Amino acid sequence: MATTATIDTTTKSRWGGGVAPMNASYGKLMMWFFLLSDAFSFSALLITYGLIRYAHPAYQGTVSEFTFSTEYWPIPEMVFEAVPFLHGVHAPLIFVGIMTFILILSSVTMVLAVEAGHRMDRKGVIKWMLWTIIGGLTFLACQAWEWSHFIHGTAEGTVNAMGETIFGANLTENQYGPPLFASLFFFITGFHGFHVFSGVVINFIIFFNAVVGTYEKRGHYEMVEKTGLYWHFVDLVWVFVFTLFYLI
Amino acid sequence: MSQEETNNVQVIPEDKEKTKKIWKVAAILAIVTIIEFIFAFTLPRGIILVSIFLGLTIVKAFYIVAEFMHLKHEQKALIWSIMIPTILILWLVVALMVEGTAIFNIRN
Repeated sequence: MATTATIDTTTKSRWGGGVAPMNASYGKLMMWFFLLSDAFSFSALLITYGLIRYAHPAYQGTVSEFTFSTEYWPIPEMVFEAVPFLHGVHAPLIFVGIMTFILILSSVTMVLAVEAGHRMDRKGVIKWMLWTIIGGLTFLACQAWEWSHFIHGTAEGTVNAMGETIFGANLTENQYGPPLFASLFFFITGFHGFHVFSGVVINFIIFFNAVVGTYEKRGHYEMVEKTGLYWHFVDLVWVFVFTLFYLI
Repeated sequence: MSQEETNNVQVIPEDKEKTKKIWKVAAILAIVTIIEFIFAFTLPRGIILVSIFLGLTIVKAFYIVAEFMHLKHEQKALIWSIMIPTILILWLVVALMVEGTAIFNIRN
């Protein structure tokens, strides 16, 4: 790792100034602390999901006899069971599983871009950044489809306590369960999706800079490392959203 | 792309061991996800399944943060600066789960 910024640590006092005591540049350190604060935001949303879920009655029957009702919290595998181009096929969690794999893969291509940056391999950085951007865009497209399906609802709809039939979900009514279930779905996956979107934009800027040779002139590819941290964090959050929203 | 500009930059050859390790971590993440998937349909729903899911999620989170984000190979001071504040999250989990159960009991 000869090409990463090396800092002289032979000085007697590590915290006495003149050296980077954590062996990381200012930008990288601040990215870490930003991600820590972002982790608090996401935890607040996900833990609120837990609070509201436990404040609602749970479904008591068997999975095979499950029907949608606004009276109890739905089983997620019965809500998220549609796959594009396979209308009417019951495929629980398959689509969200595919989305998870896409995001993990785009995280892998990001590590490979960072690794190529350490070796000053401009072509490698360009190639892997492009794959990361494609992965991010694919994930966003999948999420757009899932939102659209969730909003439009099933063909039969659900009859609520007032005797009206509801189709799909919005911020006030929800055919799959209590209205708060839909609100939390929109807030949590929306907040995450917006992070993915900004990640794709930032990745594109880094990709563009690598293409025009900005980092080659600068002599290091540390910017790739910093955006890499952000992109992995987005993947990390999705790991938690997948478990807490879709599996449990 | 003009090759003339890049002539003075030395590209260090790829270290196969490093790339192999990256793909190994990717495989671990994929396998854990598949295991979660299988458990979701085979095991009965309940507190045990929830605990298994949370445990496997923490395994995945560890590999992403430690290897992909490289935190495992950073200075001790940086590792602790990031890890210690997450204790606050654990506190929030406990506090709000208790609160959620209390709201449920008042409503019913």
